[in-house]
Amino acid sequence: MSGVEGKELRVVGFLCNWCSYGGADTAGVSRFKQPTDLRIIRVPCSGRVDPLLVVKAFMSGADGVLVSGCHPRDCHYAEGNFYARRRLEVLKRFLPFMGVEPGRFEYTWVSASEGARWQKVVTNFTEQIHNLGPLHHFGEGDGSGGDR
Amino acid sequence: MEAIGKLREDIQKELEDVEFIIGWEQGFDALHATPLFIRSQEDIDRLIWNPLCVHNLASYLPQLKGRKVGVLLKGCDSRSVIQLLQEGLIQREEIVIFGISCPGVVDLSKIRARMNVSQVKRVSFAEGNVTIETPQGREEFPLDEVLATKCLSCQYPTPLIYDHLAGEALSPQRPADLLYKEVEEIEKLDVKERLAHWERELNRCIRCYACRNACPLCVCQDYCAADSRNPHWLSQRAGIGEKVMWHIMHALHVAGRCTDCGECERACPMDIPIQRIRKKINKEIKALFDYEAGVNTEDTPPLYTFQMEESTIREKDW
Repeated sequence: MSGVEGKELRVVGFLCNWCSYGGADTAGVSRFKQPTDLRIIRVPCSGRVDPLLVVKAFMSGADGVLVSGCHPRDCHYAEGNFYARRRLEVLKRFLPFMGVEPGRFEYTWVSASEGARWQKVVTNFTEQIHNLGPLHHFGEGDGSGGDR
Repeated sequence: MEAIGKLREDIQKELEDVEFIIGWEQGFDALHATPLFIRSQEDIDRLIWNPLCVHNLASYLPQLKGRKVGVLLKGCDSRSVIQLLQEGLIQREEIVIFGISCPGVVDLSKIRARMNVSQVKRVSFAEGNVTIETPQGREEFPLDEVLATKCLSCQYPTPLIYDHLAGEALSPQRPADLLYKEVEEIEKLDVKERLAHWERELNRCIRCYACRNACPLCVCQDYCAADSRNPHWLSQRAGIGEKVMWHIMHALHVAGRCTDCGECERACPMDIPIQRIRKKINKEIKALFDYEAGVNTEDTPPLYTFQMEESTIREKDW
């Protein structure tokens, strides 16, 4: 299930406590098969996710980062994911400019009852990261003297 | 320069009512201007206004909140003030603004690249040319060749907010399509080349935070996330990862607020083209929310607000 010849990549998922974390739990309870590359970090709300958390995850060795929250209009705090949506969209368009391939960072909405959707999201996202392979870190590219 | 005469008159009128007025004076040599704090009649005579007055004096204002001061602003600097007003970081009634129509300011690093500037005796500007006299002789070249990059695509030569205006109100002279030229150059590269580009450029960074300290919108310098130990966003390592992290941090903290005044790049002692990073975010903000920072005091920065239905955001379909 997970990627190439059993080699795992590091995928970090920031999941909102109220929906996506529950959705991932539902998927687990329902025994849906999922890739195991994703490490879940539970956050109170997708609005809690500072874009820098995502950048820091990449800098610290993540090959892909997923942020998942409640669907718009369903936020436990009424408006957290509205702010998150704007912020994360700017980040998503900005990261490729700095040399992180498009597709390494995604954000999405999964509600607590959507175990099957969670399975689809995590499977597709993991596959997407495996297609991209390990992240080329700063200091490993052509423009550096190997100084990390 | 009739603008300077008008400036001096206006400053004279206002001097009584304010604590001081921030302008520019001659710096340590003929090629450098430096900020001047005008408190008395004698100080007014030291005031200068020419294309060497590069500093965005709006950077001083947030820390002077609560005191009544005057400030000289070029068109681009006035946008910083508007942005600060929008966010309630300064109060309009506490500042007296002397606007100046500005044909453009020089980029000293472009002059340094052309000639040895260690012993400049005189600098003069006439008819679109700049003449620099050194012990080795005279150098004359068109001003346009050494203008700051931001001036080559300037859309706001006249301040958008002022109490007194010196000089003729100018309409934009420069082509707007140059605004994102540098960003588009990088966008043409593939991702691998972009990574290499930033590695080459940002590896020079010494993390002196001059870009932060010069930025008019970096207002939480005493509590900067870059200096924080908890959470420890940046470690003391000198590797490129930390450098990149810092520049992304600064760019994201001014996302939707940056008025593209170019102070970060001007202040950089290593001449790293960091304005491009901020510019890229500006470009995306413009595309997503049709918003330009520092144009209207009544606006709300796009990341401080939201719409229930975002017409421009197309979410990923799993």
